[in-house]
Amino acid sequence: MRKILIGLGSVAAVALMASTAQAQQTIKIGLVMSFTGQFGDLGTMMDAGVRLYMQKHGDTVAGKKIEIIRKDSGAAGSAPDVAKRLTQELIVRDKVDIIAGFSLTPDALASADVLNESKKVGVIMNAATAIITATSPYFVRTSIPLPQAMAALGTWAAKTGGLKNSYTMVTDYGPGIDSEQAFQGAFKEAGGNIVGSVRFPVVSPDFSAFVQRLKDSKSESVYIFVPGGEQPAALGKALTEHGLSPKVTKVLASGELTNEAPLKSMGAAAEGIITAWHYDSGHKSAMNAEFVKGIAGLLNGRKPDQFTVSGYDGMHAIYEALKKTNGDTDGDKLIAAMKGLSWESPRGPMSIDPETRDVVQTVYLRRVEKLADGSFGNNEFDKLENVKDPVKAKLKAEGKLNPDGTSKK
Amino acid sequence: MIARQISLLFDGFAYGMLLFVLSIGLSVTLGMMNFVNLAHGAFAMIGGYVTVTLMQKAGWPFLATLPVAFLGAAVASVVLERVLYRRLYRATDLDQSLLTIGIVFVSIAAAAFIFGTTQQPIELPAYMRERIVIGDFSFGAYRLFLIVSALIITAVVVLGLDYTRFGAQIRACVDNQRMARGLGLNVDRIFMLTFAIGSGLAGLGGAMAIEIVGLDPNFGLKYLVFMLIVVAVGGLASIRGAFFTAAMLGIIDIFSKYYAPQVGSFVLYLVMVALLVWRPNGVFARR
Repeated sequence: MRKILIGLGSVAAVALMASTAQAQQTIKIGLVMSFTGQFGDLGTMMDAGVRLYMQKHGDTVAGKKIEIIRKDSGAAGSAPDVAKRLTQELIVRDKVDIIAGFSLTPDALASADVLNESKKVGVIMNAATAIITATSPYFVRTSIPLPQAMAALGTWAAKTGGLKNSYTMVTDYGPGIDSEQAFQGAFKEAGGNIVGSVRFPVVSPDFSAFVQRLKDSKSESVYIFVPGGEQPAALGKALTEHGLSPKVTKVLASGELTNEAPLKSMGAAAEGIITAWHYDSGHKSAMNAEFVKGIAGLLNGRKPDQFTVSGYDGMHAIYEALKKTNGDTDGDKLIAAMKGLSWESPRGPMSIDPETRDVVQTVYLRRVEKLADGSFGNNEFDKLENVKDPVKAKLKAEGKLNPDGTSKK
Repeated sequence: MIARQISLLFDGFAYGMLLFVLSIGLSVTLGMMNFVNLAHGAFAMIGGYVTVTLMQKAGWPFLATLPVAFLGAAVASVVLERVLYRRLYRATDLDQSLLTIGIVFVSIAAAAFIFGTTQQPIELPAYMRERIVIGDFSFGAYRLFLIVSALIITAVVVLGLDYTRFGAQIRACVDNQRMARGLGLNVDRIFMLTFAIGSGLAGLGGAMAIEIVGLDPNFGLKYLVFMLIVVAVGGLASIRGAFFTAAMLGIIDIFSKYYAPQVGSFVLYLVMVALLVWRPNGVFARR
């Protein structure tokens, strides 16, 4: 009798376990990132953020298991139709519930239609042109709309920095033009004067001709935007080589120019470069210190950058929204849950603007200075809190924005 | 005004010399041995990573790493030549292209696996980062180093081919393999050495390129187009042709980017098309 009871009990226990396992479904997240090609490092860094978040917070949310499916959008030279096709395959074939990643602006823009049709949420972990989030009501961004920091930099340069004129150099594609306009607009509005501008082709191995143009303009300052990857270091070296150190010409730039690798190659010549950006691995907070340590463990001692922190925060937005919907992955419910989320990130406080689904965050003004260990790093000397994207604010003021944050056609 | 033009000319010439050092080996293998070696850039990348590793991990000075970069690429190429390339010396161009482009992709994945996808920073010694000023005119010390190195390499290669016994042997093997073999030359070994020297020069070019254009796993593919332009426009097997073409491309590239930045990167290709329409076998091809 006793034996039978034990036997019955264990059968019941097994049955019970089986039924809980059945109730515990999986939520699939598809990551569309460039893991190879010219922008391969972006994918590596973003994915490290995703991995670290899941390592810390487990792979179960609201009783459901999170499964990640990674797709490489960089294999075919980062063509936007690749990102679109991968997004489509993930949704149709792999039945994912959420798409995340998007290394570059064209990737995100090309995938907007797919998200609209399938009503799936797309979390942008890098692509930085302001207008992306206005192309689909299912986009949420945890990286940065470039004009957010660049307009702040333009205003600062003319008002506090005391600069009268500037020359702009940007890469000739969406985000470059976006940041050029933001900087020029804000700089002029604050009383500065743009003495010239040049746009580099996207593939530009030798920058010396452009730097020579800048030198001949005799401008007292220069504003630079180049995408992350190989170009910041090459451009930094061209500046050094032509004797344009920040001591002669004030160099203002987006954060890419003073990331870890370019700073190492520029050495002492980088001292004094001023950037406006949302994240630096040297940001002083206990949370960031832990984050830097975690990434060093995952990536063999490398420091995290803006891509890593955006991947990390993108996962946070997904986890928190799933907690609010109790595991429901319906696109409309998820996006509603993400609107207005606010949290403490390794970069500082941030939130999702309920009107535009874009990130609201602190923009830091930083200067490259010699650190205690003899290397060079970004020292945050000023900050602007709760900065929204100025481009969409302008669209809204002109009545060109729908209530769901998309732009009127 | 004049100082500016001289400055541009100087930068362009230095950039051209970089292209030349990267391409000269391809001119040797493609032109002399008639082997379509699209993996040439991968050997350049090996040289780059040798230099970066020695500087970062072992603390070697930059100049000391250059001979090792040459050797590293040369040795790697000999291994590949013995194992793979040799079998395809008589194969069609398409077969050779497919094999070597495959090797490029393997090299990209291997480099990303071993070194990561990040840019590899190097810090040159201070005297190479300096700016030399003479009157109105100033230029980067590193570019001067590029120009001088390229001139030395050209002299060594041209004189070596024309006046040494080994150079004569190479020319003999290229012109008529059967006859060379009949005269008792070890064609197999001579081709192997030629190939090693060509790849070694690529490795040297890769190491010298880091300061100007950077280094990441895609290096082998990214500069392949420039290398092929230099060899195609210069004329196969013509060291002088490659030299003049590379110099011209560098200078045109810099000038067009300076004076017409909107179309700057496009002018290079227009010039290439025009030159090839004019002389389909290359501007300096031997008739």
